Order: sequence, then structure tokens, then C-alpha cells
Amino acid sequence: MTSLRRPTGGDIDRQTTLRFTFDGTEYAGHPGDTLASALLANGVKLVGRSFKYHRPRGVLTAGSEEPNALVELRLGSAREPNTRATVVELYDGLDARSQNRWPSLKYDALAINSLAAPMLVAGFYYKTFMWPAAFWERVYEPLIRRAAGMGRAATEPDPDSYEKVSAHCDVLIVGGGPAGLSAALAAARSGARVILADEGFRLGGQSVASSAALDNGSVSDWIARAEAELHALPNNRVLKRTTVFGVYDSATYGAVERVSDHLPTRMPGHPRQRLWRIVARQTVLASGATERPIAFGNNDLPGVMLASAVKTYVDRFAVQIGQQAVVFTNNSSAASTIAALHRGGVSIAAIVDARLQPDASITASAQAAGAPLLAGAEVIDAHGGYELRAITVRSREGRYQTMNIDCDLLAVSGGWNPNLQLTTHLGGRPIWNDTIAAFVPDKLPPGILVAGGAAGRYDLTDAVADGQRAGARSAELCGLTAALPIDIDSANNYAIEPLWRVTGGKGKAFVDFQNDVTAKDIEIANREGFSAVEHLKRYTTLGMATDQGKTSGVVGMGILAEHSGRTLAETGVTVMRPPYTPVAIGALAGHHRGPDFKPKRLPPSYAWASEQGAVFVETGLWMRPQYFPKPGDKDWLDAAVREVAGVRSAVGVCDVSTLGKIDIQGADAAKFLDGVYANTFSTLPIGRARYGIMLREDGFVLDDGTTARFGPHHFVMTTTTANAARVMMHLEYCHQWLWPQLDVRMVAVSDQWAQYAVAGPRSRELLERIADPGIDLSNAAFSYMSAAEISICSGLTARLFRLSFSGELAYEIAVPARYGDDLMRRLISAGATLGVMPYGSEALGIMRIEKGHAAGAELNGTTTASDLGLGALVSTKKDCIGRVLSGRPALVAPDRPVLVGIKPDDPSERLRGGAHMVRVGTAVTAANDEGYVTSTAYSPTLGHWIGLAFLKSGRDRHGEKVMAASPIHGESVTVEVVPPVFVDPQGARLRG
Amino acid sequence: MRIPCTYCGNRQLDEFTYFGDATVRRPDSEAADALPAFVSYVYDRTNPTGPHRELWYHGLGCRQWLVVTRDITTHEVLGAQPARDVASRSAVSAKPAEAPAS
Amino acid sequence: MFEQSDRYSLFTLLREGLRGHTGWRPAWRDAAPQPAYDIVIVGGGGHGLATAYYLAKTYNRIKIAVVEKGWIGGGNVGRNTTIIRSNYLLPANIPFYETSLKLWEGLEQDLNYNAMISQRGVVNLYHSDAQRDAYVRRGNAILMHGADAELLDEAGVRRMLPFLDFDGARFPITGALLQRRGGTVRHDAVAWGYARAADRLGVDIIQNCEVTGFRIEDGKVTGLDTTRGHIGAAKVGLACAGRTSQVAAMAGLRLPIESHALQAFVSEAIKPFIDTVVTFGAGHFYISQSDKGGLVFGGDIEGYNSYASRGNLPVIEDVCECGMALIPSLGRLRIVRHWGGIMDMTMDGSPIIDRTPVEGLYLNGGWCYGGFKATPASGLCFAHLIATGEPHAVASAYRLDRFATGHLIDEKGMGPHPQLH
Repeated sequence: MTSLRRPTGGDIDRQTTLRFTFDGTEYAGHPGDTLASALLANGVKLVGRSFKYHRPRGVLTAGSEEPNALVELRLGSAREPNTRATVVELYDGLDARSQNRWPSLKYDALAINSLAAPMLVAGFYYKTFMWPAAFWERVYEPLIRRAAGMGRAATEPDPDSYEKVSAHCDVLIVGGGPAGLSAALAAARSGARVILADEGFRLGGQSVASSAALDNGSVSDWIARAEAELHALPNNRVLKRTTVFGVYDSATYGAVERVSDHLPTRMPGHPRQRLWRIVARQTVLASGATERPIAFGNNDLPGVMLASAVKTYVDRFAVQIGQQAVVFTNNSSAASTIAALHRGGVSIAAIVDARLQPDASITASAQAAGAPLLAGAEVIDAHGGYELRAITVRSREGRYQTMNIDCDLLAVSGGWNPNLQLTTHLGGRPIWNDTIAAFVPDKLPPGILVAGGAAGRYDLTDAVADGQRAGARSAELCGLTAALPIDIDSANNYAIEPLWRVTGGKGKAFVDFQNDVTAKDIEIANREGFSAVEHLKRYTTLGMATDQGKTSGVVGMGILAEHSGRTLAETGVTVMRPPYTPVAIGALAGHHRGPDFKPKRLPPSYAWASEQGAVFVETGLWMRPQYFPKPGDKDWLDAAVREVAGVRSAVGVCDVSTLGKIDIQGADAAKFLDGVYANTFSTLPIGRARYGIMLREDGFVLDDGTTARFGPHHFVMTTTTANAARVMMHLEYCHQWLWPQLDVRMVAVSDQWAQYAVAGPRSRELLERIADPGIDLSNAAFSYMSAAEISICSGLTARLFRLSFSGELAYEIAVPARYGDDLMRRLISAGATLGVMPYGSEALGIMRIEKGHAAGAELNGTTTASDLGLGALVSTKKDCIGRVLSGRPALVAPDRPVLVGIKPDDPSERLRGGAHMVRVGTAVTAANDEGYVTSTAYSPTLGHWIGLAFLKSGRDRHGEKVMAASPIHGESVTVEVVPPVFVDPQGARLRG
Repeated sequence: MRIPCTYCGNRQLDEFTYFGDATVRRPDSEAADALPAFVSYVYDRTNPTGPHRELWYHGLGCRQWLVVTRDITTHEVLGAQPARDVASRSAVSAKPAEAPAS
Repeated sequence: MFEQSDRYSLFTLLREGLRGHTGWRPAWRDAAPQPAYDIVIVGGGGHGLATAYYLAKTYNRIKIAVVEKGWIGGGNVGRNTTIIRSNYLLPANIPFYETSLKLWEGLEQDLNYNAMISQRGVVNLYHSDAQRDAYVRRGNAILMHGADAELLDEAGVRRMLPFLDFDGARFPITGALLQRRGGTVRHDAVAWGYARAADRLGVDIIQNCEVTGFRIEDGKVTGLDTTRGHIGAAKVGLACAGRTSQVAAMAGLRLPIESHALQAFVSEAIKPFIDTVVTFGAGHFYISQSDKGGLVFGGDIEGYNSYASRGNLPVIEDVCECGMALIPSLGRLRIVRHWGGIMDMTMDGSPIIDRTPVEGLYLNGGWCYGGFKATPASGLCFAHLIATGEPHAVASAYRLDRFATGHLIDEKGMGPHPQLH
């Protein structure tokens, strides 16, 4: 294919050639190119297909607002659908494919949709596909889904990595065009810490490689000087390839830096993209403006392009973009495009200006280019198959018959929209400005100033002067003395007469190119009553494509205003939502994926347990040993059964460090505990521990655990693993907010102490082996529920608690966490001759069910102390959190489901957690539902399955047979209701 | 959103846990109307659209409870005080009620 | 309900296609307020419009108006993640949501409007034995109420959703609860479909009409003041979730409701990628794909009271982290839009459909983030309550006094903390 690259000019490196492929064909480009400019330079005009009608589409813009030129970039797991060719920086080996076409871009079968176009108007799908009802999922919807969508997502894990950083600055500048650069300079010269972020890979915005005059030279020279000065000034950071995509509360900005997207592969140690959370004292929004098209027949043909894009491809990318051009405008800005075309040697067949009186800049540029100027004229239709061949022009006053003009390029300018999106993210609504025929920011969010094109100041000198003012003002607002402004002769000569659509064309007149929303669709929607802007958007899908309506939104509103007889000020615009341009999910997720999704908390014996080959289970963030497999174990149950037997017959050791531990001290500590626990702790003697139950203020159980008293003013509380943080927060709440007068302090020490359960008939013997001489662990000296600091292992102070979760003679021993690994090893070696058995969470769980202890499944937030059989613990003699509301009628109703034990009638049957209880002989229906099974286990001690359940009036029903039904398993088991304590109900063992 | 912790300074939202309305205060559990008073305290909320006094916990910081005044519509934070100071100034139920004479 | 020429069908679509679509009537009249109505519904969202429709259709009430402060469907019916399901746990909820699901199944034919109701299935993943048991309990409850639920083991989940992270995950997927009849609906179309059908039954839909106060005489409502003048009403129904507290306060009510923002996200449109609704069990994340191709997903509420229909970066990042943890191929897809809606969060996480202490004033609110799927049943039950004065059987637990009596409907067991529900 012939190269359309001009021999000189532009901001590209002709010395280096980059090879790339598009739809399998290899092309060449240069550093400085975008994929779009490289394709255009290779004469490729057809780059995509539209969403609904599959119309052939070419490049419309030169920026992030591109609706048409979307490609699938990269291959395999790195495939990125819907990537805008206009912002993809060319790299060597780039591989891109067109999308939403089959079998090929040129011959797309679904282009047949165009034939049905009269039916496929706005909202057609709401009116049909309803019969027969079952056909929607089976027939219609799959067809629609296959036709819809654009590119194909990768199905394999994203091979790249992402990272997140936070930054703080005095002044954030959004946009590195002339206005942003002058704002950055003004702020940085004043000593402000500045961050300037620009979405492009060259600073300068639409002025990159522009030859327009500024400050006694060209704007390109000015940009280079500004960048160099910024680089030299301290305390500022220029982030290229970085889009500030959203404004959040308290002056927090989200930005994404595309670190590696311009490279064939990531540099080692660098992420693909980096998420910036920027907190800025002041922000200057200098995000420029976006040109908008005009709706006329077939205005989507490849070869029809926004005027500013034409100028960019000619000036910046040195592309010979057409042979014979027409410029269609309603405003003064197209003058620079006319000049660029002239400079670029493109013959201009006509300049069609919709205004009866084109402004001076248009007439002057037309004259300079020697191009005929048709004033008061409009393009009604474009002609061509896959690309533009001619247009039809009409006099708006009927001064002449319509005429056809041959051309292969039509540069269209319908005026400009300030890129004010970031002023709306916190709820700001733009207002209509008649002078520039555009919406402009109204009330600005706190800390934001707007400068340049984003403020509707389109002229270069005006934008630069405005940026300077905004930068200096921002520095002042940060308490700095602004540097003196530089004198720039500024002028604002922008002139426009709004024109949204040209009627009478034969072809479809597109407003939203990507979603195929036409001027006609807007007319139909308005006729059907969808004339509120949000209704129009939702009914037609206007502005909902990947370009977020940047080119289409205001044009659509303009057409709606005409049809509904309102002004644009009355019509308004739809709410603009973040992000400013689409943001990769990976960037927002950062490192948090796969095994690094959440941190891992490792208990103190983790290393030792790993050496033993323990299988670990996720318990919240903790990784707890689940069981310790031994050769010969068939499965986890074998191991757990062996471990239970070891505990019940000899001694076992289990790491219970994951329990929450809170150290509570102060003169009022006892009184404080009386307030937070339902039962009384002020009567607890020193050296004793007590089981406590904590309620929420609504009377339901929050948590349980044991608290030990080590001194008159010193308690150590344990909480469940799951609720450790919540209980700590609750205690601080009670202390700081409810009872600030109490003299009490607390600190979470969960991570400071390693704590091991030592359980089994030989547990005393084991502890005696590690206790220092003189420690008396006899039942008389250290009875059940005793707690003391003792000396072990030759001088290490440990806390010993005589607690039993297993029901055996048992202890929990706690040492500072740094000794945790040593203590576990010591317990195991010292216990070798006692048959010590490490046990995991499975054995722990089996034994607690055998003992009927409530755990997470029973403490499910909807159970009361009474439901758990702990009603007697709730003191009626004192106030506590939850006391009053636990007396509400429904919480004391006699038929509440309460905790019972269940065992299968047939000992060979297994029980299911989550089964529901119904009376024997009744149907398994909701009407007969009497409760549910919370926990089940195979009990090695009893030789059959056992379970805990909540059963209506269950305490009165011990001995009754009921059904535990799990229809989701197709099972129903007859069970006997028994007291919830299965093993040693008198507690003789644990007191032994 | 950033919350101005009175101890740690302005910190990011994700260091804090929100708890809710700071204008409702725990009633006297011994009062004759304790049950309806507690129902209203625990459940009923004014839920205003403008400035709202609310409790935040700096759990990933100094563990201080704060009474933050924040405009609920704009999310503008208007001020923060240590909850303990606010609670100490208003005398309502500053300790758990003593055991009734038995 | 519809004249033949006004019905939506392939035939009328063809007819209009041939004449340039000039014959379509407005989907609903832009009505001006009349001096008085039998019943005025406050709130032109899904629930308010559905209520008006069922009042007119099922209960033959004729002088009905819906007043809406902005444009209809502009609240949460137009900004949710479009999921429908009845896979609840508690007996107070399942019959109600199952009634809703059944109404969804026949809604398009009933309304003559294609709302693209798609029973694609809802998959709730679990990652631990405890979670499995909780889902078994829930699945059994669903089945015992006559709705559908299935349990999938890990292999079953793999077959359905092979692109989830099964092997390298921090919290491995061990199975799922599946409700095949759950799915998604084109949310805006629900508001429009109800509006059109209600309009054809004579309901006045009055937009840009904000309520500024209630007229209450001797404890009985007689009408309301609006920005478009006074409107007399024998009965008034509030269906303005998101703003319930403010509107109810005008009638002197203080409710167990806080307002919280919930964010939602949509990606760029892609070819079919995920064929069902999936919820992550190890974090707050759920996802489906719209007919247009965008992935629609969301996570937890912001966690602080809010009337701003937007959120902040911590939840945005959390949602994306969960998304990547669940579906590691999501990384290169881009979010094209994220927004927020205001949830009426009640203190137990369940809604309120009840009388109020003001005679003739009825309350429908507190939908938390479950309001969309409830739309048809909410309309049906609220219409029943307003028309008959008695609660509908499947909504009889949604009482305002349950907080005083303790008959809470707390699916999550989080207690009186709206930010945790």
C-alpha cells in the first residue's frame, strides 16, 4: 500500500520504522504515531463496524473521544477489546484487529441489519420479541447478545501486573495543553508542589506540532520551553500518559498512568498501569475541549472526519490525509484546519459554512487557500460505499440547486464542547452558554478552577493567559505568593452559530456513531414521550457507548431541543459519570488478585505446622491448620478422628492464637465489663476466668468468650476469631462514647500472644514437664477456670488458663508471640512420650459440637442468650448493653427455636448442616418448618453423626423424634432431639 | 473522602469505620419507659439531608471514636471532635446504671 | 387495556417502520394534576408506577395519580444492577420475593412491553464449609417455600463458569447455590412498561411535581401540597425509597431508615462473556452481562450515610479487587461508567409496607438494595394494602412496629446497623 506520509514535518521519528499488523496485514509506522495515524498514513480508512447496523466506519477523531476506530489490541490473554486506535501509541510488533464483524471487516454478514433498519429504530426491542414468552431466553436474546457487544474479552487471566500509589500536592493540573502548561508554570514558579497529568504521550494537547504563533514564536517552541522549565523547577511531577478519571470527596482524584501500554512488553519491575490517588489542595482543570460533529446523511462514511482531527493528522502526524477535501463548519475554528490542509497540499474543493456570514478567520483562510467558500450552505448527504466519494451541498436559503462535490475527505466542525466532566462528578451541573453555543461549568466543586478550552476559552492566547491566571490563583489559595504573570496578548475570536443536524438527507444522519443513534431516533423518542434528557439517553442509548457521548451528547440534546420546542438551556444535559475515559479494572484492583487478594495472617505455629505437613484452611484472613495428615489417613476425616481420639485419650495441642485477645485495665475495669457482658464480672476473683456472653444493644448475642482476672484492675478478654476486631471496636465505643467517665483502658493484644490449647487427660502431665520447678498444677492448686501467670521453660513468663473447649482436662497457655514457635516445638517434644497429638480446626470443631458449645453457626446474629441455653447467665441485677431490648416480646416468645442436640435414629446416617426440622410425618414445607441444623460432625467418641440445631420450643422436646430434612440434597433423616451436650454432660472430665 | 481525626489529622476514608447517628444517646435503662426509649434510640433516625453528626471509629489509626459533622448530600466534612469529649459534656448515662437496690 | 393500534407487536412495528414511525403514541401522557384523586402515589419509580398499575387493574381504582418530583424512573429503578431472584433465607421474605419472581415471569405479556426479562440464573458462590451450610439452610428454605434452588459442587461451578479463579485463589471456590429462575431485567423498561400500562388504564402520571407537604386533618390525610399546587387525596401511598425519610417527615413520621449510597459499574460492551449472575462469597462483588454487552457489577454500600448518588475510591477499588480475585481475565476490560444510588437502609435490612399512624397514609419503603427485584410484588402488595386496608398475605411481616416487638427480618444477622446490611 502506498504511503501517505508527507516527507517532512510532524512530530514523528522518520529515522525509526515500527512494524505493526492490522487484521493480519503488516504495515509500517514511526515513533510518535498513534495506531490511527499509522493506519491513515498507510491509506487504511476502513477500521471498524458500528454496533447495530454494522456500518463501515473510519477514524473520526484524533483523541480519546473516538467512537469508531475501536480495535482489539494484543493477543491471547493480553487481548484488549474496544481499544481506541486514536490513543494507542504505536510500538514495534503491535497487533490489532477490527471487531464486531464476521467474516471480515470488508464483508460483514451482519451489515444485512441495515436492510432492516426501518424496524431497528430506537427502542424497537421493547416493542417485540415477546411471543412466545419462552423464546426470549432461547432464541431472541442469544441472537441479540451475539450481535451486540463490540470486541472480545480475553478469557485467560490477565498476564500483567498493576500497582497503586498515593500522592499529595498543592496544585494538580489536569491537562498538559497550553492552558495546563501555563497554569503549571505559574503555580510551580510560586513554589507550589505541582502535579501535572496529561492523557497523551506528548505535552501540548491539540497544539502538539502546531505552527500557530505564541509568545514571539510557535506554540510548539513554547511548549518545549514550558516542559523544560517545569522539569528544572523543584517539587513538581509531570505525569504523561495519565488520565485523571474521577473527582472524589475531599479533593481526592483518581488517575491512571499507562506505564507500559506503549511498549511491546512490560519492562521488568514495572506495572502495566498505575493507579494514582491524588489529594490536591487546589486543582486546575485544563482538559481542553472536544469538537462535535454535525448530523447529516451518511455522515459516518470513512473519510468524514472532525476538522480538528484532520488538522492533527496533517500537522502532527504528517499524513497526506486526502486528495480533495471539503470543510463543513458552523464556526471559526475550522480556519486552522483549512490552513493546515492548504499547507499540507490537499486541494480544497469547497468550504461549506452554514452561516450566512462566515467570520473573518474563515474568509481569510479560504482566501489564503484559494478555496471556494459556500456561505449559508450545508452538507445534506455524503456518498460512497466503503469510503467517501462525494457530498451533496444545499443552500440554506435556496439560492441554488443542490450540488454534488467530489471529495475523499470531509472535515466537519459543529463547534466545541468544553471537557468539563470533572466539574460534574461531585454533582455540579453545567449551564448553557449562548455565545459559544456550549455547556460550560457552572458552580465549581471545592478546590477546582477551570482554565482554557475547558472553560470555553478556545483561542490559544486566551487559553494560555487563562491558565496562567488559574495557576497563580491556585498557588495563592495554597497560601503562596503567586509569581508575576507574563504578558500575553490574549484574544477570544471564537464565533459560532449552532447547527446540530441537516434535514432532508437520504442517508442516516448519525449522532452517536458507536451506538448507531440517528437524528431520526431522537425524533421518534421525543414523539413517544422520552423527551427528558435522561429518558432520551436511556431509550435511544445515546451517549452510553465507550466514548461516553463525548462527540454525541450535546448534538443529541440540540436535536431533542429542536423537536421538543425547548431551548438547550431548558433541555439540559445528562449527568456525566466517572470515569472521564474508560479505566481498566486491573488498574483499580492493583496487586489484589489471586493469592494476594487479601493478606494472610499466620498463627505463631505456622512454620512448625507447615513442617508437619498440615493442611491449612482459610478462617477469615487467618490460615489455620485444618488437620495434620499422617500416612494411612484416607481423608481429612480419618485425620480428624485420629486427632480427636488423641485428645480424648492422651493429650493434644492446638494453636488457638487466632482468638481475639484484649487487655483491659483500670480502676473501673470490672464495672466496665459488667456493662458490656450480659453476665457479671465484678464478682470474678483474681486468678479466675469466667465464660461471658456479650449482647448487641438490640438484645441478640454479639460474641462470647472467656475473660480472666489477673489483678483488681486487670482483665484479659478473649473473643471469637471472627469477631476480634468488631468486639474491640465495640469496647472502645462503649468506653469512649457511652461511659467516658469510667477509668478503663484497653488494647488489642491478639497478635502479641501465642496461645495454645493443651487438652486431654494427660495435659497436666505435659504442662508439668515444661513448667518451672515449684509450679503446682494440681487440681487443688489450679482448678477448672483458674488463671495465673506462671514461669515455664526456665524463666519464661506465660499465662495459663484452665479452660476447656474440648471437654477434657485442658488448659490454654499463652506466651509472647515471639516464643510461640519455640513453645509449640517444646510442647511436642516434651509430650512425645505422652502421645501428644497436634490437632487442627476439624478436630477442634468436632469436639466443640460434642460438647455443645456455640460457635459461628450458632452465633449467627439472630439468636439470643436464651436461644443458646445461656439465658440464666444474663444478669437482671445490672444494666448491660442489650438488656432492655432483649425483653421485647418476640425475643422472649416461648416457641422460639432454641439450641438442641440431634442424633440420627439410624446411627449409620449422616447429618447435614443447613437441614430444616419438621415433625415426623409432615410434609417438608415452609408451613411445617420448625427450625434448622447449624452444625454437624461425625463424633468419633460416640461413633455416629451428631448435630446442633435450633428447634422451636426445643428444650421441652428432648427425646422427641423429628425429621432433619435437606430437600436440596434430596435427603430426610429421622433424628432424636437430645440435650446439646453429647459427651460428659456433667463436666467431670474437665474438672478432673 | 477524608476524615479529620483529631489525633492523627486528615486521613483517608478506608482507615475509618462508620457507625451512625451521634445525636441519639443511650437512654436510662432503669426508667419506666426504658423499652420504648431504647426502641427509638436503637432504631429511629432523623436521617437529615444536610449536616449530620455521626460517629466514626479510626480503627486503622489511633482507635479513637470521633463525632464528625458532615453534610450528607455533599459529603463535605464540617468538623470533628473526640467522641469522649462530646460524651463527657453531656451527662446522659455516662456510666452503666448501678444495680438497683435489691 | 390497549387499543389494537396501540399494542406493541411485530405487526405494529412493521407498520410503523413503513410509515417512518410517525404513528406511535407517547408511552404515557404528560398529565397535569387534577384537583383531587382517590389515591395519590408519591414517587414515579418502579414501585410507585407498579402500585398505580395494580390499583387500576386489580383493584379497579380509577382516579389515581402518581406524582414524581423529576422524571419517572429516575431513581433506583433506573440505576440498579437489574438482578431478579427469590433466593432469600427467611420465611418473611421468600414468599414475597417468589411472588415477585412469578410476576416477573409473566410481566411482559401483562404489560405488552419487552423488559428483556432473562432467567439466566443466579449463582451464589461459597468458599468454606460454614458458608456451604448457610447456603444449604437457605436453599432448603427456598425449596420448602416452593421456589427453586440447587446446590453446585466445585465441579459443577467449574462447568458453568470455567473462567473463575479456581486454582490460585486466596479463598478457593468450593461450591455454589444456584437459582435458575433468577436473572436480569432491562431496568428502565420496567418503569416505562408500568407507566404505559398504568397510563392506558387512566392513571395520571405527573412528572416534575415535588411534594412539599401533606394536609392532615384529625389524624387523617386529605391531600398533599406540591410544586404544582394542592392535590386532594383520600389516600396517599409513599413509594419514594431513597427519600422516604424526608417525605415521611412532612407527615410527622420518624422512621427506622438511614440513607446510604450503593455504587454500580458497567464495562465497555463486549461479546458474550458471562451467561449468568454470579456473586462472590469471599468479598462484596456480583456481576452479570447486559444484552448490550456491558458487564454490570457492584459491591457493598459505601458504609456511611449519604444522599449523594456517587461513591468514593475505597469501594470502587474493593469492587475491582474482588472482580479480579474472582475473574482474573477482567483486568484488561474497562469501566465505562460508575454511579451511585441512594438506598433506604432499614435497621434490619428488610422493607416496610404498612399503614402509618396517619390514617389514609401508607408507607412503602426501606428497600435497602433489594428494591428492584421486588418491584412487581411491591406494587401488588402496596396496591392491596391501599385498596383494602389490610396487608397482602405475602407482605404481612413488613410491619413498621416490628422493631418495637422484636419481629425483625434480619437476613444477615447484622443487627441494627444499616451500614452492615
